[in-house]
Amino acid sequence: MRRRGVGGVAAINKSKLAKAKFAEKGTEIAETQVSQMSQQLEEFRTKLSDFAAKHRNEIRKNPQFRNHFQQMCARIGVDPLASSKGFWAELLNVGDFYYELGVQVIEVCMATRPRNGGIIPLEELRVRLTKAHGKTREDVTVDDLSRAIKKLSTLGNGFKVIAVGSQRLVQSVPVELSMDNTAVLQSAMDTGYASIKTLCDEFQWPTDRARRSLEQLIKEGMVWIDSQNASEDLYWFPGLFNNEK
Amino acid sequence: MDRFMWVTTISLIKGEFEVIQKHNVRIYDGDNRTNFDCGTLRLTSHQLIWDDQLQDRTISLGLNLVQKTEEVIAGFNRSAKIILYLQSKPTSQEPGPKISSQFNYIRLSFRAGGQSEYYAALCNQLSRKRWITQVTNQRQATRPSGRHMGIVGIERKIEQKQKETQSTISQAFSDLNALMDKAKEMVAIADRVAKKIEEKKGQLSDDETVQFKSYLLSMGINDPVTREEHGYGNKYHEELAKQLATFLKSLIEKSDGLMTLTDVYCMYNRARGIELVSPEDVFIACKLFESLKLPLRLREFDSGVLAVQSESHSVEVIVEKITKIIKSKGCITAEELSPLVKTSITVAKEGLSAAENLGMVCRDDSVEGLRFYLNRFMKDP
Repeated sequence: MRRRGVGGVAAINKSKLAKAKFAEKGTEIAETQVSQMSQQLEEFRTKLSDFAAKHRNEIRKNPQFRNHFQQMCARIGVDPLASSKGFWAELLNVGDFYYELGVQVIEVCMATRPRNGGIIPLEELRVRLTKAHGKTREDVTVDDLSRAIKKLSTLGNGFKVIAVGSQRLVQSVPVELSMDNTAVLQSAMDTGYASIKTLCDEFQWPTDRARRSLEQLIKEGMVWIDSQNASEDLYWFPGLFNNEK
Repeated sequence: MDRFMWVTTISLIKGEFEVIQKHNVRIYDGDNRTNFDCGTLRLTSHQLIWDDQLQDRTISLGLNLVQKTEEVIAGFNRSAKIILYLQSKPTSQEPGPKISSQFNYIRLSFRAGGQSEYYAALCNQLSRKRWITQVTNQRQATRPSGRHMGIVGIERKIEQKQKETQSTISQAFSDLNALMDKAKEMVAIADRVAKKIEEKKGQLSDDETVQFKSYLLSMGINDPVTREEHGYGNKYHEELAKQLATFLKSLIEKSDGLMTLTDVYCMYNRARGIELVSPEDVFIACKLFESLKLPLRLREFDSGVLAVQSESHSVEVIVEKITKIIKSKGCITAEELSPLVKTSITVAKEGLSAAENLGMVCRDDSVEGLRFYLNRFMKDP
C-alpha cells in the first residue's frame, strides 16, 4: 500500500522548490538587512559625531569616563580601537590616544630592556610614561596601559601583560614564560630576588626544578646572579628592584 | 577759558541727561570779554555745553573741572553772572578754542536773565558728582568678577569649575549610554547579516559583502567570518600598505633588510604624528604586501615574532651574512650580533635560529647565554 503525499517524484520536486524559495527569501532578507544596516549606520554616525562634539575632550581628560566607555564597548562587542579608519577613531579620536600610548610603551620597554631583561611592573611603566611627558600628558591609568598593550599583541608575540599574584607585569620579549618561571617571579615580587632555597621552601620543589627554572630566566636576561651573599646565591630580577621594601 | 573743548555734535554719554538750558549767554575768560558772546548754555549732569547755532560752533566744559562757583547779582548796567573757578588744565585735553589762559576762572553772563535758577541747578549737579559714579560704573561693567578677589575668589572659582565639570561629566555619561544603546542595535543587525552570510556562502553578491565588511570595520565589530573568508580587499589597507612600503624602503635597507613589526609600528606612527594607525591596521596592511606586489614581505618566525622583510633580503642572504661573521669571530651571541648587522636583538636572534635550522650553525646553550658556532659537520661534504 502506498503512503499518500510522500515519496513521489512530485513531492521531492515540491520540497526542492520550497527549499529554493526559502533560500531566495533568505537572501532577500539578508539584502534588505544590509541596506537597513547602511541606513542605521548613517544615523549612528551622526549620533556619534554629535556625541563627539560634546564630549570628545572628556574621553581624553577623564580616565574614569574613558574606562566606562571602553567597558560599554566591550559589553556590546565593539572594539573602538580596531581600525584607525573606524567611526570611533575618526570622530571620537579615541584611537590616537591608545595608539600613541602603545608607541610610548614600546619605546620605554625598549629603553629599559637592557636593564630589566624585558620585565617591567605595569605601575613603573606608568610612572615612567607620565614623567617623560610632564604636564602635557593627561592622566594615564594602568587600565589604559593594559588596553594599549593588548592592542600591541597584534604585532607579533612581543608585548603582553602578565598577572603575577596581585601585581601586573609587562613582558616585552617574545619568551613564553612557563608556569615555573611565573612562580619564580611571584616569589621574587616583594623582595626583588629569589633563591633556590626560598623556592624550594615556598613551592616544595626539588632543588633541580628550582635551579632549572632560574637558569632559564638567566638565559633570557631577566635574572642576575648575586654570588656575594654569604649563605647561597641570590637571583635578582632587575626589573623588580623598585619593589624592594 | 582754556579748559573748554570743541564739540562737533552734541551727544550725551550713557547715564548723562540734560538739566537746564538758557539762551543768550556770553562767556568771559576771567575779566576779559570773548567772542563767544551769544549762545545757548546747556547744563547736563556731566558737563556744560555752550552752543552757538548761528556760527555753528559748540564748546563744552566738564563739570569735574569746576572747583567753586559764585553768583553775581545783576546791577546797574551789568548783567547777572555766574563765576566758575576751575581746576588746572588736565594734561590730556582735547583741543579747545583757547590754548592757554592767564585766568583760572570764567564768567558766564546771563543777558536774558534766569541765572538764579541756573545757579541752583548747577550747584545741585556739582554736589551730586554724577560723573564719578559713571566712571565707577564703567569699571564694574568691565570687571564683573572683580567683587570676589583674593583667596575667597579663587576658592569660589575652583568650586564653580568643579561644579561645571561635574555636570558635564554626568551629562557625558548619560549621553554615552544613549549612544551605546544605538551601537548595540547595530551590532545585533550585523550579527544577523553575518549569520546569513555564513549560512549561504556566496549567495550574497560580492559587492554587498564588501560593503558589509566596510560597515563592520567602521563600527569596529570583529567578525571572523567575513574577515577570514573574503580576505582583506579593503581600499584603506591597500593604501596603507603602499605608504608603508615607501616609508620603509630606506629604513629597512639600513637595518639589513629585516625589521620587527613592533619597530615598524613605532617608527611609522612617530613619523605620522597625528591620525595614528592601529596595530591591527599595520598588521593587515603588511599582510597585503605580497598581493600588491610590493618589494616587502611579512614574515612570522617560529617564536611568534612578526617582522617585515625586504624581498631582496631573503633568509638565505641573511644566513650567509651571519655565517661569514661567525667564521671570522669563532662564536657569537645574539647580543653581539645585533650591532654588527645593525638590527634589534630580537631580529638577530631570529636570524641565528634561521641559520641553525638550515644547519649552518650550531648552538651552545649554557647559563652564560646562547652562543652559536659554525657547524663543522656541514662544511664542504
